[in-house]
Amino acid sequence: MTQRTLGVVAAVAVLVLGAAACGGTTKQSTQKSDQGGAKATGSANPDAPLKKDLKLAFLPKQVNNPYMTILDGQGIAAAKEIGSTGKEVGPSDASASSQVSYINTLIQQRQDAILIAANDPNAVCGPLKRAMSREIAVVTYDSDAAKPCRDLFINQAGSEDIGRSQVRLAAQLTGGKGKIAVLSATANATNQNTWISYMKDELKKPQYKGLQLVKVAYGDDDDQKSFQQTQGLLQAYPDLKAIIAPTTVGIAAAARYVSSSKYQGKVVVTGLGTPNQMREFVKDGTVTKFELWDPKNLGYLATYAAASLKSGRISGKRGETFTAGKLGKRTIGADGEIILGPPTVFTKDNIDDYHF
Amino acid sequence: MAADTRVRETAPVPVRQGPAALLRWDVIVAVLLVAVCVAGAGTTGDFATADNLAFALDDLSEIALIALPMTLLVVAAEVDLSVASVLGLSSALLGALWNAGWAIETIIPLVVVIGAVCGLVNGLLVTRLGLPSLAVTIGTMTLYRGLAYVLLGTNAVSEFPQAYADLAADAIPGTPIPYPIALFVLLAAVTAIVLHATGIGRALFAMGANREAAFFAGIRVKRIKLLLFVLAGLVSAFAGVVYTLRYGSARADNAYGLELAVIAAVLVGGVDFNGGKGTLGGVVAGVLIIGLLRNLLMLRDVSTEIQSMVTGLLLIVSVLTPQVAARVRDLRRRPVPSEAPIEAKEPT
Repeated sequence: MTQRTLGVVAAVAVLVLGAAACGGTTKQSTQKSDQGGAKATGSANPDAPLKKDLKLAFLPKQVNNPYMTILDGQGIAAAKEIGSTGKEVGPSDASASSQVSYINTLIQQRQDAILIAANDPNAVCGPLKRAMSREIAVVTYDSDAAKPCRDLFINQAGSEDIGRSQVRLAAQLTGGKGKIAVLSATANATNQNTWISYMKDELKKPQYKGLQLVKVAYGDDDDQKSFQQTQGLLQAYPDLKAIIAPTTVGIAAAARYVSSSKYQGKVVVTGLGTPNQMREFVKDGTVTKFELWDPKNLGYLATYAAASLKSGRISGKRGETFTAGKLGKRTIGADGEIILGPPTVFTKDNIDDYHF
Repeated sequence: MAADTRVRETAPVPVRQGPAALLRWDVIVAVLLVAVCVAGAGTTGDFATADNLAFALDDLSEIALIALPMTLLVVAAEVDLSVASVLGLSSALLGALWNAGWAIETIIPLVVVIGAVCGLVNGLLVTRLGLPSLAVTIGTMTLYRGLAYVLLGTNAVSEFPQAYADLAADAIPGTPIPYPIALFVLLAAVTAIVLHATGIGRALFAMGANREAAFFAGIRVKRIKLLLFVLAGLVSAFAGVVYTLRYGSARADNAYGLELAVIAAVLVGGVDFNGGKGTLGGVVAGVLIIGLLRNLLMLRDVSTEIQSMVTGLLLIVSVLTPQVAARVRDLRRRPVPSEAPIEAKEPT
C-alpha cells in the first residue's frame, strides 16, 4: 500500500506545486472596490402613504434569545400598528450560516421585507443580495451585514452617544467631583475602545473638570476576572467615586463586588447593563442608574424603516427623513445607517418594565 | 454456526421479491420522499419551483457529499465523527492561506490533501492501534476543530473570487441542480457501483457483517478501512471548500455539528449502524428527505424546534422499522429450523 499511496501523494504534490508556479487567483488579484454604502435606487416621495398589508419577516441571530425576542416582538407589534403583518423565524443556533436557508425561504415566500440581525456579515450577503434583486427590502438591525447587501442598518445607538452619555451619567451620580475608573471588556475590543475614546473626549469638557479618570481596567468580559479587577481598583484607589463599565459582564461583576463590600453606597457603579442582570443591584441600592439601548424601540424603528422603504417614502439615500410612529422623525445617515437615538437610562422606577 | 447464519442473513443486496421488498426501509424512504414532494407541491405553491428546489438542494451540498464516504464507513461497521471538524479545519486553512495571498488554485488541492491526512490519522489510529472508531473520531473531532481555531481564531475571512463562489452556489443554467449537487450525483453513481457491483463493495458488507469472517475470507480489512477513512477526510475537506465558497465566509466554527446531520441522513437512508446492511439508493433518498422536509417545514413557518423534532422522530422510526420488520420476518420463518434463532426451537 505504501508505494501506491506515496505515488498518489507525489502526484498531488506535483499538481499543487504546478498550480502554485502558474500563479492563479489570489486575494490581491481579486480586491474589489464594491465596499461603498448601500446603493440607493429610485427616488423617494416622502409624502407617499405607508403601504398596508406588507409582509415583514424578522430573522434574529437566533430564536429564543430573550433580547431578540423582545426586539422582534415589538417589531411585529409595530407591523400590526401600521396594518401590516410581521413574523419571526430563525435558527436555534447563532452560527454563521444557519440564517442563509431562512433567507432563501423568505425569498420563496415573497416577503416584502426581511429584517435581519446578521450572525456573519458576509455569509448572509449573497442571499440578501438575491432578495434585494427581487424587490424585497432588506433592513439589518442590531448587527449589520456587509454594506452592499442591505438597504438600511438600524444602529442601536451611535458610538458617540453611548460613550458620552456614560460620562454624563457618572457626573450626575457623583456630583461631578472625584476619581473615576473604567472597567472595560478586553483591551482590544472595538466597541468598548471606541466608546472609551468618546468618554475621554467628553471628560475634556469644562463641566467635567472635577472628574479625574485614574485607570482603565480590563475584565476581559469574564465574570471572575471583572470581579477581581473591581476589587483591585478599589484597593488601589480607596477614594474612587465611580466605576464606569461599558460592558454588561463588567457592570454586573462590579456591582456584585461593591454590593457585598464596605464600598456600597460610597462608589457609584454605572455603564451598560441589561435590566435582568442589574435588577437586584438596583433594588439593593448599589446601582442607581445605568443604561442600554431599548430593544423594543429598536424593533419598532426597524419595522417603520422597512415599511417606509417599501412604500417609497425613502430610498436609502443619506439625508432622507421619515416618521417612525411614536419615535418621531429619523434621518438616514452615511452608509444607509439609521441611529435609534440616545440609550435608555434604567432606574429603580422603570427597571420592572423591562425583561431582558 | 451462529456466525454462519449471520453472514447469510446479511448478504449484500438481498434479492427479495414481492411484498417482502416493500418492508425494506430504503424502499419505504423512497416512498416517503415522494410523499414529501407531493405534500409540498400540494400545500404551498412556493415548494415545487425550480428556484426553491435549487436552494433546498444547495443547502444539502456538504451533507450529501460527506454522506457518500460515511455510508461506506457505516456499512463497514465504522463511523467518522470528525468529518465536520475536518470541514471546519479545511475552511479555516483556506481562509488563512487566502489571507496570506496564496492562489485559490493552489489552496484547494492543498486543503483537500490536508483533509486526506486528517482521515489518514483517523484510519491509522483505528486500524493499526485497533481503537474503536467512535472513540478515535470523537477525539479527532475536537482536535481538528481546535486546529481550525488555532489557524483562524474567531476571525472570518471573506471576499473569495466570484467565479469560484458561483460554482459553489449557483445552479447549472436551466436546471434546479447546483454544481456541487451535480458532482454529488456523479460521485453517488460511482459509489453505488463500487458498493453494489464490485468485489470491494461486497468486501465492505462482509466486513460490516462479520469482521473476522471477512478477514479469514482473505479480505484486507485494515487496508480497506484505512482507505475509507482517508476518503472521508478528503471528501470532508472538499466539502469545506464548497461550504466556504458557498457562504463566502471562512470560519473555524463552520459546519459545527454537521457530522450528526450526515449520520442521520445515512441512518434514515436505511443503513444499519452495526454495519453490513444498507443501500446507497436509500442514503440518497435519506439525504433528500431530510433536506426537502426541512425546506417544506420552513416554508410552512414551522418553528425550528418542531423541525428538529420531526427529523429526530424520522431517525428513530428509520432505525426502529427494520428491527420490527426483522422480528415479523423471524416470526413467520419460525417453522424453518435452519434460520430460526436457537431459543425458537424450544416449542417444537
